[in-house]
Amino acid sequence: MPRIHIRVQTEIFDPTHESASLLAGHSDVGAMASFIGMVREDGGLRSLELEHYPGMTESMMTRIAESAATRFGLSGCTIIHRVGRLGVGAPIVLVICTAAHRGTAFQAVEFVMDWLKSRAPFWKKEEFSDGRTQWVQPREHDAQCLRRWDDADGNSLDIPAGR
Amino acid sequence: MPDILYFAWLRDRLGHDREAISLPSGVTRVSDLVQMLHDRGGEYGEIFGQPELVRVAVNQSFAALDTCIGPDDEIAFFPPVTGG
Repeated sequence: MPRIHIRVQTEIFDPTHESASLLAGHSDVGAMASFIGMVREDGGLRSLELEHYPGMTESMMTRIAESAATRFGLSGCTIIHRVGRLGVGAPIVLVICTAAHRGTAFQAVEFVMDWLKSRAPFWKKEEFSDGRTQWVQPREHDAQCLRRWDDADGNSLDIPAGR
Repeated sequence: MPDILYFAWLRDRLGHDREAISLPSGVTRVSDLVQMLHDRGGEYGEIFGQPELVRVAVNQSFAALDTCIGPDDEIAFFPPVTGG
């Protein structure tokens, strides 16, 4: 069984600790790939306020991780997503995937990020240095990223977009 | 009574994050509830008059306009997600 670690938290995460925790006892792992998303200074942005839907968020993250593990034959998958107020430069999300070989580990991290962006119930409000705030709008680019995982078998993750 | 939850800018505009609601007898699907909320007018009228702006979950799973709803369900409305 692949090892799945899912957390939503306000505090910062430690990638080194999380990597060791995902690897412990798994001697079949030949590749570990990871991604960290951060708050980018953009147009006077000072911070992001991240909100989520407790319960649904964790269950969607679990489904995404399990789907990645099945599709890419992963040994393990960790997804940690922060909520609350995060300043410029702060890490937001950590994804770690372990597999026998690098190709599937790299692909799995992208798969997880693409699904997280479009299906995990998180919302970001941007707070600017002049006091303005605005809710982030979904980008068409994110929807395009998701579509590249469509294949002859249809979506590997049967999660409707809702409406 | 089902709980209705609102997130992100829907909550900001409506001014509350949840409400308990009694479903009238004809309200059996998400689309009926959307119409009922739209008919309240004001911010509800504006938001639920543009259902393409709104996503819905029933019992914490993504749902669609034709999803059935009942008195024990948790129904959430929110904008398209923007995490990651």
